[in-house]
Parts: sequence; structure tokens; C-alpha cells
Amino acid sequence: MEPKDIPARVLVLLTGVAPDIDPASVVPDRNLRDQFDFDSMDTLHFATAISHEFGIDVAEQEYAQLASLAKACDYVQRKLATRA
Amino acid sequence: MIRVEFRLPALGADMESGTLTAWLKKPGDRIRRGDALAVVETSKGLIDIEAFEDGVLEELVAQPGATVPVGAVLARIARESAAAAPTSGATAPQATPPMPVPEKPEPVAPTIPGAAATPPPSRRRISPAARRRAHELGIDLASVESSSPEELVRIEDVERLHKQAPSLPQRAGMRATIGAAMARSKREIPHYYLAHTVDFGATRDWLSQFNASVPVGERLIEVVLLVKAVALAVSNIEGFNGHFHDGQFRRSDLVHVGTAIALRGGGLVAPALLDAGRKDLKSLMREFSDLVTRVRSGHMRSTELTSATITLTSLGAEAVDVLFPVINPPQVAIIGAGAIAERPWVSDGKVALRPVLTMTLAADHRVTDGRAGSRLLRRIADLLAHPETL
Repeated sequence: MEPKDIPARVLVLLTGVAPDIDPASVVPDRNLRDQFDFDSMDTLHFATAISHEFGIDVAEQEYAQLASLAKACDYVQRKLATRA
Repeated sequence: MIRVEFRLPALGADMESGTLTAWLKKPGDRIRRGDALAVVETSKGLIDIEAFEDGVLEELVAQPGATVPVGAVLARIARESAAAAPTSGATAPQATPPMPVPEKPEPVAPTIPGAAATPPPSRRRISPAARRRAHELGIDLASVESSSPEELVRIEDVERLHKQAPSLPQRAGMRATIGAAMARSKREIPHYYLAHTVDFGATRDWLSQFNASVPVGERLIEVVLLVKAVALAVSNIEGFNGHFHDGQFRRSDLVHVGTAIALRGGGLVAPALLDAGRKDLKSLMREFSDLVTRVRSGHMRSTELTSATITLTSLGAEAVDVLFPVINPPQVAIIGAGAIAERPWVSDGKVALRPVLTMTLAADHRVTDGRAGSRLLRRIADLLAHPETL
């Protein structure tokens, strides 16, 4: 996957785990907890979706790096780069 | 052959009516206990109403679009005589439907079988974002027209209607429902409150180790441990698990833990994790995960909304230390869990930083006293300190 395609893909995963979120309303830099009341279950679902989609192992200690859409995209990009 | 009536159950302490949205079965269909028969819209969203017994669906009484009171006959079911024998009750959830229904309910709207007084029973598709927005704006989805060729109601359709009617009250339905249930609780139940603070370190260490040893999709979250600990504790300490009806407490043998789930955009519901005391953590996690997903996409089942015998409410990380919950009638107790935060903690004569959890109990003085409540909170703390036993 090209790095430029990652944000769109991560947004699809985000709204897949939280279908009650309107994709157009996601502010990339804003914390998902503040923006959408993300809780520990949402975070786990999001981490699981990212892990399955990109084939990367998301450790529990790394959940904080998925706190916003922008952070999650950076995280995926970094993980994919170190694997390449 | 015995004919039984399939009635609208009360899906909350103060629910008075619901709107039939769609039938999921048709006359002549064979049905089994637990099958979803109809979808009813309430202030808590769309709820699948499940069959209470096996049989054949004989006649649909209420038509889609009709608003009917709790207790009204929705359909008639022919029960075969072989299936009429009472079930053993050893494994089936007991509380279906636990809420008493009025003796002789009168439908709000006339429901004449076969009459074409209501819109055709097509089940409109509504996007989750549109549903949420409509809920936020207090807009009745039945009044929203779709502008897409596939007849899907989208958020744009809701926004368009909102611009035409900008003064509609926000989330009026759900807020009114919560308000009515909590007012009844505070009016009728003599609450007493206890709190107990525990070192959550051993539990958290165990959980971290467990989660590191399994793939991401099999990890557990803290609240599942709390659910299990509560379920085990109330199984052994009398007076907290059950319902209070007609001046009397009736204990339940099974523990169905209502788990408060916040809805984005406001409001909350507390559907039950059924028979939580006898399920392992893995099963509870799977069921809780499924429940949260369905609650937020508007697909709860009627048994989940009516069965809870006790409730757990947890505000989650980054919340406040202590909460004082309000009992959800007809239950008699609710356990609250504050945020787990690092605090100075004295152990073995030394002060150290530990993750600390304050648990609270609100319970009904008509059934128990503080001494029993204290035993309950201490028992939950003991169980949490030994997570390998959960």
C-alpha cells in the first residue's frame, strides 16, 4: 500500500468499528476520546482492525499511538516502513 | 394446540409504548424461543423483540407504523401441545419478560388484522450516521424522506428536514426516558451508598500479561473482569441480585449483569450480559464486544433490555475517581467503578504509587443494610485481587 492511501483506509477502519460516526465529521488531529467518547472497547476494536488490515502487531502499550486519526495513520506508516 | 398472545414487553422501567417498525417473520413461520419476531422503535432505539416460546406464528395483530402500549398484543402464536410443557428453567434466562404488564391493555391505535390503515411493511434502510443525527436532533425518522435512488435514508436527508424545522428539541426521547426511570428510582427506592478503594495493581498486571500472550482480537478489557467479579460476588451474598416487585424482593438464581453503555451524542442504556456468573472471561468479552457494537448501531434484543438483575456502571479511563450511581428499578443494587488512577498507597508500611480503583455501591434499604453492602464490596475487591480465579 502506498503511504498516500493509508489515511483513507484508516478512516474506513475507524468508521467500520464505530458505524455511528459520520466519516465527514472526523477531525484528524483531535483525540477520538474527546471527539467521539471513544472508550476502551472502541480502542480495542480499532487496534484489532488495524492489526488485521495491515498485518501488524499492535501491542497494548501502543494504543495511545492510535488516539487520533492522524496519530493512527502515522503509526501505521511507521510500522509498515520498519517492516519493509 | 394452544394459542398464546405475543405482547409488547416493557423494555425499561418507565416505557409506556413503542412503534412497530417491521415484522421479521410472517404468518405460518415456525418460530423458536429467542427468535427475533419484530422490530420496535423506542426511545432507546430499534429493539428486536424476541419470542418467549416455540410455536407457529399464526396471526399478526399490530401493523408496522402503529404505536402500541406496553402489554398490547402484537401477534398470536400457536403453541403445539408437546411444546407446551414447562421448560426446566435450569438454564434458560428466568426473566422473560420480568416486567409486569397491564392486565387489559388497550391499543393506542386501532389494529385491525388485514386493514391497510398503516404504511406498507417495508423495512426502510437508515444509515447509522443518519440515525444518530436524527436522535441528536430529536427528529422522528418516520418523517424523513430519502433522496437516494436506493431508498436509503442518509444524514443529508435528516439535515435537510432539520433545516426546515430548526426548533425541535434535542434527544428529547431518550433524555425523557432516563429522567422518568431515575425519578421513579429516587422517589421509590431508599438508596444507601458505600465506597471502597482498592489497589488494582495485581489485576492490571495479570491483565497485561494475559493480553500480551494472546492475539489482539482475543484481548480482554478491565470492565469484563469487573462484570465477572460482580456476578460472582452477588451469587454468594444475598439481597442484591433480583427484582423488587409489589413490596417484595425476589432473588434471581442467575446473574444478568446490566452494563451501562454510553451512546455517542448523549444518553445511555444498560443491557444485560446474561448469566455472567457462569461464563468464562473469554466468552464474556466476546458477548460484551458484540453487545456494545449492536447497542451503538441500534440493534438490541428485548431480553437484553429486560433481564438485568444488577447493574455495573464504569465511567472509564480519564474520568473522575468516584461516582454515585442511581439504581435502575426494578433492580435493587448498582455498582459503580471510577477511573483507575495512580495514587499514593500504603502497603507493608511503605508508601508507593499504585493504580487505585474506587468502587461504589448504591443499594435498596428495603432489602439490605450497609453491613451486607460492605461485605459485597469487599468480596468484589477480593475477587479482583485474584484475577486468575475469575
